[in-house]
Amino acid sequence: MLTVRSVAHRYGGRRVLVAPDLTLAAGVHCVLVGPSGSGKSTLLNILAGILPPTAGDVALQGEPLYTAPARDDRWRARRIGVVPQRLHLLASLSARDNVRLAQYLAGSDSDDAESDRLLAALGVEARADARPGELSAGEQQRVAIARAIVNRPQVLLADEPTSSLDDDNARTAIDLLFEAARMAGALLVVATHDARVRARFDRTVELSRPPP
Amino acid sequence: MNALRIVLAQLARRPLQTVLAIVLLALGVATLTFVVLVQGQLSKQLARDAQGIDLVVGAKGSPLQLILSALYHVDVPTGNVPLAAMDQLRRNRLVAQVIPVSLGDNYRGFRIVGTEPALIEHYGARLAGGALWTAPMQSVIGSEVARVTQLAVGGTLAGTHGLAQGGAVHEEARYEVVGVLSPTGTVLDRLVLTDKASVWRVHEGDPADDAERRVLEEEREVTALLVRYASPMAAAIVPRQVNAESRLMAASPANELARLFAVMGVGIDTMRIFGGVLVASSLLALFVTLYNALEERRYDIAIMRLLGASRARVAILLLMESWLLALVALLAGLALGLAAVAIVGNWLAQSRAFVVSPGTFAPELLWIGIVAVGAATLAAALPAWRASRMDIAATLARG
Repeated sequence: MLTVRSVAHRYGGRRVLVAPDLTLAAGVHCVLVGPSGSGKSTLLNILAGILPPTAGDVALQGEPLYTAPARDDRWRARRIGVVPQRLHLLASLSARDNVRLAQYLAGSDSDDAESDRLLAALGVEARADARPGELSAGEQQRVAIARAIVNRPQVLLADEPTSSLDDDNARTAIDLLFEAARMAGALLVVATHDARVRARFDRTVELSRPPP
Repeated sequence: MNALRIVLAQLARRPLQTVLAIVLLALGVATLTFVVLVQGQLSKQLARDAQGIDLVVGAKGSPLQLILSALYHVDVPTGNVPLAAMDQLRRNRLVAQVIPVSLGDNYRGFRIVGTEPALIEHYGARLAGGALWTAPMQSVIGSEVARVTQLAVGGTLAGTHGLAQGGAVHEEARYEVVGVLSPTGTVLDRLVLTDKASVWRVHEGDPADDAERRVLEEEREVTALLVRYASPMAAAIVPRQVNAESRLMAASPANELARLFAVMGVGIDTMRIFGGVLVASSLLALFVTLYNALEERRYDIAIMRLLGASRARVAILLLMESWLLALVALLAGLALGLAAVAIVGNWLAQSRAFVVSPGTFAPELLWIGIVAVGAATLAAALPAWRASRMDIAATLARG
């Protein structure tokens, strides 16, 4: 269960986010929507544990992410999987190694075969040895999703996963995320401005531009 | 997946800069390795060969040439000294020992030295086989001579006139090998030792009558005299006494060695500086490479942080890149330096001069390694610190 309490954020004195209080259970598919500048990506980064909010806190299964006791990076990475908007696969590693990198850096106890199982489940096992530069955009997204769920996180976050995709591919991307969340047994939170996909989520959180 | 694989993958992204940094550092390490090994071994050999010899007396000329010819057997002698000079020095109360040295011939480049058994005792050499000579035309050979020529006790050799290979062979006057010395690590290893009378016999030939024999005996000379003082006071008096003789010159090995090192030192220092500059420039190149690479790798670093790498881990991964480069360059440089030492050692062995071997360890080599790894750490320190301080969210947002 992910809870958000009194979270707000400022950049250089400018208020960029005032988040509503939230309680999100495992298995829920939640979408963050709002106009540009409403703080969707900022809230996603806060939920990911990589951006301490200037006010409030986020708790995972009752354990706060930012206030004491301090969580180390591995603790966070094993519990929260993230699919960044630009994916950022490491160009010098194969698809398989990009997934294994996530296991290694998070200190996961899952075995190497887990990465192959996930790549197969997401339909890119034949491309496991290819470098990201040799993959199509869709294949890259599948590898990035595999990387995000390889440690069986409690929360799966995705930032603008359908931006610049046509309708069919946008639908496929959301299907993949739902499937990934199901495989990991995770809560899914997606930040998007894409109106095409909103209706498919159980829960919609609307953000608005905060007052200055 | 492991840290080394990540580091190798990162290095593979910029092969040209990686190879350049390795080549530069390896060349610097090779230069320093060569200088350290050659200088160390030559210095030790020069000091060891001169140990216990306070003065060398020879014909007037260059003192350094006298030392190089009579003590190290790498130069031509300045001339000869009359046998009477040896007797006179032996009567001097300030002199403890006088060892004559007579040069003139060689055997396959190894000098044949007419002397007395005292020379062998002076260097503490032991016989590996056979015995010392008891008569002229018997010889005791050094360990290197035995190794190269395959001569053994009972064998014979004919000297070649002059101090280098290629002269007239004295076939009519063959030496019998009666003893082989154990290795000493001194110049003795590369000498054929015989009684000083052997040298006279080879070069005088058979006198026609007693009168000619007497003339020849009166004119007998040796090439130089190795002198050991009886007291420290001798250092102030004996050289003056010797130099007062019109034909004689006294040369102090300690002083001449100091001069030799001063001359050699310029070249050695230049090579050391050259090696140091190469190492420094390679590390500067390494720093620039790592620092510039930070910009193109910022997303990789941010992703690794997102995936659970701590600040310290990111810094260590970057440091590992630098250490790995330094290690590869160190090994390559060491191999290159040792190869250069082996080539020079082979060349010196051909000229029967000094022995320089790549198999000799010098503690300074450890320092080269420590300095290279330390400097590699320094080169990577700032990029590693910057990488560890990277704002993950802001970096990913920029991407």
